[in-house]
Amino acid sequence: MATVSMTVNGQAVSGDVEGRTLLVQFLRENLNLTGTHVGCDTSQCGACVVHVNGDSMKSCTMLALEAEGADVTTIEGLAKGGELHPMQQAFKDNHGLQCGFCTPGMVMSAIDLVAKNPNPDEATIREQLEGNICRCTGYHNIVKAVQQAAQGG
Amino acid sequence: MYDFNFHSASSVDDAASKLAAAKDGTVMAGGQTLIPVLKQRLASPSDVVSLAGAGLSGITNNGDSVTIGATTTHAAVAASGDVPAALRSVAEGIGDAQVRNRGTIGGSIANNDPAADYPAALLGLGATVTTNQRDIAADDFFIGLFETALNDGEIVKSVTFPNATKAAYAKFPNPASRYAMVGVFVAQAADGVRVAVTGATDCAHRGPRLEAALSANWSASALDGITIPPENLNSDIHGSAEYRANLVIVMAKRAVEAAG
Repeated sequence: MATVSMTVNGQAVSGDVEGRTLLVQFLRENLNLTGTHVGCDTSQCGACVVHVNGDSMKSCTMLALEAEGADVTTIEGLAKGGELHPMQQAFKDNHGLQCGFCTPGMVMSAIDLVAKNPNPDEATIREQLEGNICRCTGYHNIVKAVQQAAQGG
Repeated sequence: MYDFNFHSASSVDDAASKLAAAKDGTVMAGGQTLIPVLKQRLASPSDVVSLAGAGLSGITNNGDSVTIGATTTHAAVAASGDVPAALRSVAEGIGDAQVRNRGTIGGSIANNDPAADYPAALLGLGATVTTNQRDIAADDFFIGLFETALNDGEIVKSVTFPNATKAAYAKFPNPASRYAMVGVFVAQAADGVRVAVTGATDCAHRGPRLEAALSANWSASALDGITIPPENLNSDIHGSAEYRANLVIVMAKRAVEAAG
């Protein structure tokens, strides 16, 4: 066992982990932040996407110990004072979720996408979200939601 | 995944000594292939040495070439103004956005997946791989299925790509994994035409017949009439050997057209 320390949603946290402990396990099991989901566990579906030092990453394909000293943001860290993040609000407004399982990862990827492509067209959104899979096939409204959020809500 | 001892290396020398001290150690860069491999228990190293803090990330424009540090992510290469467009497009097409934010050029080439994109770019541009022991020409680096010229304990430090007059990469991505069903990198440089093919066989390789045809006439039509024999080509649920044989020519033509 080793001790890992990082900042998660603005708070300093630490815990004892094995070498093989994944970042997503640390978030869900040590910190009880279960908003980050494990869908495929093979880095294909994107349900586990979080931000590490500002970039979207698949937390099922990163060791907890690799995040030593990192600044991590999960879906729980987006809403401020009970107010949804504009991307969450856009998903709500556009019915950008059906069962909701992929939603945390979709929202985290979408925020990174808009940060790097401030005015994305539909093709760019679809291409940049190719690492996130929605088994309800609700892509149409997800793309609409990202467009709305990119246009300032 | 079986458990292992995790180490963070502060330099290449530190990584090499940690590796030497381990019973059965391996280095990790971005982990985008290694972690899935460990999960499947296809590998069970006693120790994993992370290169993330070893100071190997960065891009240097040398005027007549560009040097990319081993732990530079695909996203950083894709976004760099110092990297030629053809190479940027290779990085941009790897995996998905999240994989590109973490996966690295050094990890990709050291793994040498038969359908990886970077090996074609290294061969197509005649790149040189610099390790903690020596310089290795791309032509001598990629040996076979997941096999490279790297010795035990040898660690990739950087890759240097000479400038080309014209270059482009065209790939037919598997719709699910984005790995290349077939990818072809073409380049016209001072020392002649180079063509490199990935995804078609057990390892990326040069295409001497395509190079000869394009040396005589740099145009897509120069490849008309060339057929690739399907023997020894990859065949799986995604495409037969015959399908891939045809894709090699189609992708080579698209690459020549894109290179202009």
